[in-house]
Amino acid sequence: MNLEELNATATSERLARMKKRHHMYVCVGTACQALNSEQIAKALQAALKQSGQSSEVEVKCVGCPGLCSLGPLVEIESQINGQVAPGAAEDERRRSVLYQFVKPEDAGEIVAHLDGEPVKRLETPLNQPFFTRQTKIVLEHCGKIDPERIEDYIAVGGYQALLKVLTEMTPQQVIDEITRSGLRGRGGAGFPTGLKWGTVAKSDPSAYPTNVPEGIQSRKFVICNGDEGDPGAFMDRSVMEGDPHRILEGMAIAAYAVGANQGFIYVRAEYPLAVKRLRTAIRQAQRAGLLGSGIGGTAFSFNVDIRLGAGAFVCGEETALMASIEGGRGVPRPRPPFPAESGLWGCPTLINNVETLANVPPIILKGAAWFASIGTEKSKGTKVFALTGQVTNTGLIEVPMGISLREIVFDIGGGIPGGRQFKAVQTGGPSGGCIPAQFLDMPVDYESLAKVGSIMGSGGMIVMDDSTDMVEVARFFMEFCMDESCGKCIPCRAGTVQMYRILTKIQEGRATRRDIQILEELCDMVKHTSLCGLGQSAPNPVISTLRYFREEYERKVNGAQGSEVSVGSEEWGVGKLTAHSA
Amino acid sequence: MISTITKTMTSTPTAPGRPTGNGAVAATPSDRLAGDKRYKIIEATMRRYGYQGHGLIEALHSAQEAFGYLDDFTLKHISRTLHLPPSKVFGVATFYNLFTLKPQGAHTCVVCLGTACYIKGAREVLAAIEGEYDVKAGGTTRDSQLSLLTARCFGSCALAPVITFDGETIGKVTPTAVAQQIAQRLAAVQQAR
Repeated sequence: MNLEELNATATSERLARMKKRHHMYVCVGTACQALNSEQIAKALQAALKQSGQSSEVEVKCVGCPGLCSLGPLVEIESQINGQVAPGAAEDERRRSVLYQFVKPEDAGEIVAHLDGEPVKRLETPLNQPFFTRQTKIVLEHCGKIDPERIEDYIAVGGYQALLKVLTEMTPQQVIDEITRSGLRGRGGAGFPTGLKWGTVAKSDPSAYPTNVPEGIQSRKFVICNGDEGDPGAFMDRSVMEGDPHRILEGMAIAAYAVGANQGFIYVRAEYPLAVKRLRTAIRQAQRAGLLGSGIGGTAFSFNVDIRLGAGAFVCGEETALMASIEGGRGVPRPRPPFPAESGLWGCPTLINNVETLANVPPIILKGAAWFASIGTEKSKGTKVFALTGQVTNTGLIEVPMGISLREIVFDIGGGIPGGRQFKAVQTGGPSGGCIPAQFLDMPVDYESLAKVGSIMGSGGMIVMDDSTDMVEVARFFMEFCMDESCGKCIPCRAGTVQMYRILTKIQEGRATRRDIQILEELCDMVKHTSLCGLGQSAPNPVISTLRYFREEYERKVNGAQGSEVSVGSEEWGVGKLTAHSA
Repeated sequence: MISTITKTMTSTPTAPGRPTGNGAVAATPSDRLAGDKRYKIIEATMRRYGYQGHGLIEALHSAQEAFGYLDDFTLKHISRTLHLPPSKVFGVATFYNLFTLKPQGAHTCVVCLGTACYIKGAREVLAAIEGEYDVKAGGTTRDSQLSLLTARCFGSCALAPVITFDGETIGKVTPTAVAQQIAQRLAAVQQAR
């Protein structure tokens, strides 16, 4: 498909769409699907058939519009009856209604009210802060397009950026544009994306020994990291499920910029729907000539394969992820050399997170300056968060960088339910920390979060109310890291076990003040001596809860201050270990 | 531990005439491969990756999907076909949480212990199921009907706490009602049979 054909498809899709008076968007994301939303789509179609309106109304199964706690959600967009000025903008001519908690048996009533007043008992306002305070770039199409139809994506401007890049820009110009946009890695660490792309582009595949399997021609690779392992995070899942072509387009642009011809999407096997939709998307893009050889009539070739994870959290770490793609155990290796120089099978490899790649097509289309105008000085654009926990509106949100935590929790999130008080918000999953109420007005960006001892992370944001036991939260994350430690390096393998034991001891009321001291020493040691990000960040939840909720720890220890090393720690030899390391 | 693994992995998996797990009488390994169509699925996966080592995880996924778990015979078959040492195949199969070397029950219930579910009471939910079915997480009931597993987040955090029954997601469960929800589904599938 070249640019002309792409435009023709987009135009014919839009025309076909305009012929329909109403559009019904039924969310079939994982959460709504679990509540039988596919049955709702079928019921709506049946009701429309019965009332003879099938030809005028379109029912679309779409990805997640975000407000999962009110699911299943059905949004209805209608053309306003009567004449509208010919020059009126698209949204002036349309009216949108959002229905919450829809059941298949509501279909008849919804259809009957299509042209009249909305069904009051199901309606939820679209002008509530949850929707109005968001800025959508990555999620702009989620909830609006059918993720299983490439034509839907093309109709909203899909693959335009890829063809623009291939026909009008040199790889260096693409890298410069991404650099100027200020985009930083959305996987958590916030490394400047343009800088990473530039390094891979410059890297010489013959600089390091390689062993690429037979049948794979490429000597550079692009990997999309979709191994979203943080418990409590589902941003990448929603993008993969709701707008899979967007990721493929971002990958293809990245591949052109760095000179790769083969890409891999590494997805958790726990996300079967995402895997299915990505597979469909790859097939469709290949058939349309937007992936494969000679993309868009140019000489550029790029193929994408999916690789399934198998339930190992550490595989989100880039070197472990590559080991897993190579078919082995997902254990990390020391860096340098960084994957940008010697990665998959020893070749220069670009690894970007799902959300990072999804930001690429709009940057190319709307320009670096547009993107850089959103956000703060050092953190540009938006960030998608999975807002969960003890908060009224749980779901997926996309907000400009620099928004305050208070706005997220109390405006968008609707505050704490059940008359409870806000206590802390946990960001960054097992690698992050808990942020207490005193920082609610802090802007959310990479630097500010790091300053208060947490991290941006991939975007899990878990709100905790005053009933939450912070030591238990720390213990939960430590148990997670202990289970997920791959075992390659000792500080992480043994340190997480010891820290978990001390936390358990504190919880069981058997600990002394000395144990807290040992815990702190262990945190320091594991943080500074572990091989990869998992171990280096595993102490974070403990460190941050000790920093802000120390009194909770102290309330639980029974011994007097300055007491000798407790029996428990002698038993594990921890006292000696830390004495040496200190 | 390691010595027993090597032993079982290298010895002939099924002696001639000895009944196999599914009740059939298998003769030699090649008979067993020829007699079970499910090995063709695994074969197709390995072929797709040119019988190269980087297809190992995908091959294990295929095998687990086909058989429900990975037994010694299958692991050894994959090891031989991909020209990988059994230690590597066994190492990979045991490294990843999703692969299991034990046969599973007829039905599987997975309790999510991700952060969002955890702070909304997933532990109590798990305890309720363990109590009702007299099975510990990771185990299977004595009648082989139900395997109880735990997971780290399905990404359905908005519905927390979440469990799945045979892949079907059940959200907002409570410790008091969860056992009955499972019982209903167990009864429904047994009746359908």
